[in-house]
Amino acid sequence: MISVTSLTKRYGAHTAVNDVSFECAPGTVTGFLGPNGAGKSTTMRMITGLTPPTAGESTVAGKPYRQLPNPGREVGVLLDASAQHPGRTGREVLTLSARTQGVDSARVDELLSLVQLAGPAAGRRVRGYSLGMRQRLGIAHAFIGDPRVLILDEPANGLDPEGIFWMRGLLRDFADRGGTVLLSSHLLREVEAVADRLVVIGGGRIVANGTKEELLAAGGVRVRALDPGTLQKALERAGLAVTAGADGALSVQAEAEQVGQVAASISAVLLELRPVDTGGLEELFLTLTAGEAKETAR
Amino acid sequence: MTATLTETRAPMAAPRTFPRPGLIRLTGIELRKMADTRAGLWLIIATALISVAIVVIQLFAADPPDQTFVNMFQTTLFPVAVLLPVLGILSVTSEWTQRTALTTFALTPQRQRIVVAKALAAVVLGILALVPSLGFAAIGNVIAGGMDSAAGSWSFGGLLLAYALLFNVVNVLFGLAFGMLFMNSAVAIVLYFVVPTVWSVLTQMISGLKTTSEWLDLSVTSTPLFENAALSGGEWAKLAASIGLWVVLPGVLGLVRLLKREVS
Repeated sequence: MISVTSLTKRYGAHTAVNDVSFECAPGTVTGFLGPNGAGKSTTMRMITGLTPPTAGESTVAGKPYRQLPNPGREVGVLLDASAQHPGRTGREVLTLSARTQGVDSARVDELLSLVQLAGPAAGRRVRGYSLGMRQRLGIAHAFIGDPRVLILDEPANGLDPEGIFWMRGLLRDFADRGGTVLLSSHLLREVEAVADRLVVIGGGRIVANGTKEELLAAGGVRVRALDPGTLQKALERAGLAVTAGADGALSVQAEAEQVGQVAASISAVLLELRPVDTGGLEELFLTLTAGEAKETAR
Repeated sequence: MTATLTETRAPMAAPRTFPRPGLIRLTGIELRKMADTRAGLWLIIATALISVAIVVIQLFAADPPDQTFVNMFQTTLFPVAVLLPVLGILSVTSEWTQRTALTTFALTPQRQRIVVAKALAAVVLGILALVPSLGFAAIGNVIAGGMDSAAGSWSFGGLLLAYALLFNVVNVLFGLAFGMLFMNSAVAIVLYFVVPTVWSVLTQMISGLKTTSEWLDLSVTSTPLFENAALSGGEWAKLAASIGLWVVLPGVLGLVRLLKREVS
């Protein structure tokens, strides 16, 4: 369980995170989406007590993170896979964490094999690791305390397609067993495949927050008729929001069935009726964040 | 790759409580972190090798009556005093330079506990560093005694050992304090070597600063620690004053910085 209430972070005149609130429930994967610089990492650092917020608060497993007696046992955190001492071996990195948390050292080997770093790779220094290997080590590190909550910042970065598929399975399984996952990404496809809920952030503000289905359905349906003018009037009479496109197609904020009923009632001939072709989350993401991203870039 | 987690044991609904890791455990981990990187390991090896070299040089260069256990032991303390503080510096600065602070403070959000653990680890390191010094000096002294009957005196006192221990510990804490203050490996190491040296040269060259040097130059105030006599009250006061300037002051300022600094 993660609960974020009105978190705000200002650096001088710049507001990096502005009044961000959301919740992540056990059993769900929450995708935290936004372009680079949108405030995802700052929000996650505030949740994990590494960055003091200017205002607002957050709790993990019912407590402010900094009040958790042994946070690694409750929350697995991966904020930056590159933030490891290059002179330590992969095994040593996990061993240090296992010891800090009071976890049995057998777990180090268990995790190393889980992320396919067992064998010679475990004894190599992190300096020689590829970004993908560092991500795997980071994921092992997040899991080592057997936590019930995961907070992962861009964990898919640097993983190959097979690795991304594997990680999806890992997170899905973790959530299905009652775990809570907060996963940030600017790779929309990655999140779309695994998340139940989406929190989209742009320019430090939350621009969309809901279940994946809700947010995807927001695009409405596209309908083309032999006589678009008549259909548009009928749809408007039925109280539906209609926008006429340039090609004679109508975008309607409704379910396909509602539009079909209206069309049938006036015996309209339909040429096309389908959900708006949004390109999935990507278009939603781009439309929601485009303006904000430009603002941030300025 | 299998997507199942083999480590799943208890159902996730059961409430669980986990004890906070104790200071002894954290100290052990900080000690381990000083030696488990290539840089740390080589610093320790280099310190040991230089200590051995110094003992060997004395076997050939020093007059036989000066080839004693005490002399050999005390001279090995100098490479230790120069290099061991670098381990203290790196113990703090590498957290920031290598960004491991993200992990360290995510696992132990009470940063002051990490600082205490690092300080305790520095003290333990200072104590442990006496062991090779004693060992190398003993071996050197046996050889010296075998080569010349005038050499090889074993006279040694608990006071000397205690002072050596204090000297080591103060030096490592000096490094730790500098590391905390500057939070950057290169900057802290350079300043650690340059600032006290410049300070010594200036205060000893300029006659008006003579008193300052007597009180606030650690290399001057720590000299009595090498004499086989108890420090007088005045000597203790001067030592304390210079420790205050070089260890306590940067340590306190560094602590404030470290507690406030955003980890990213």
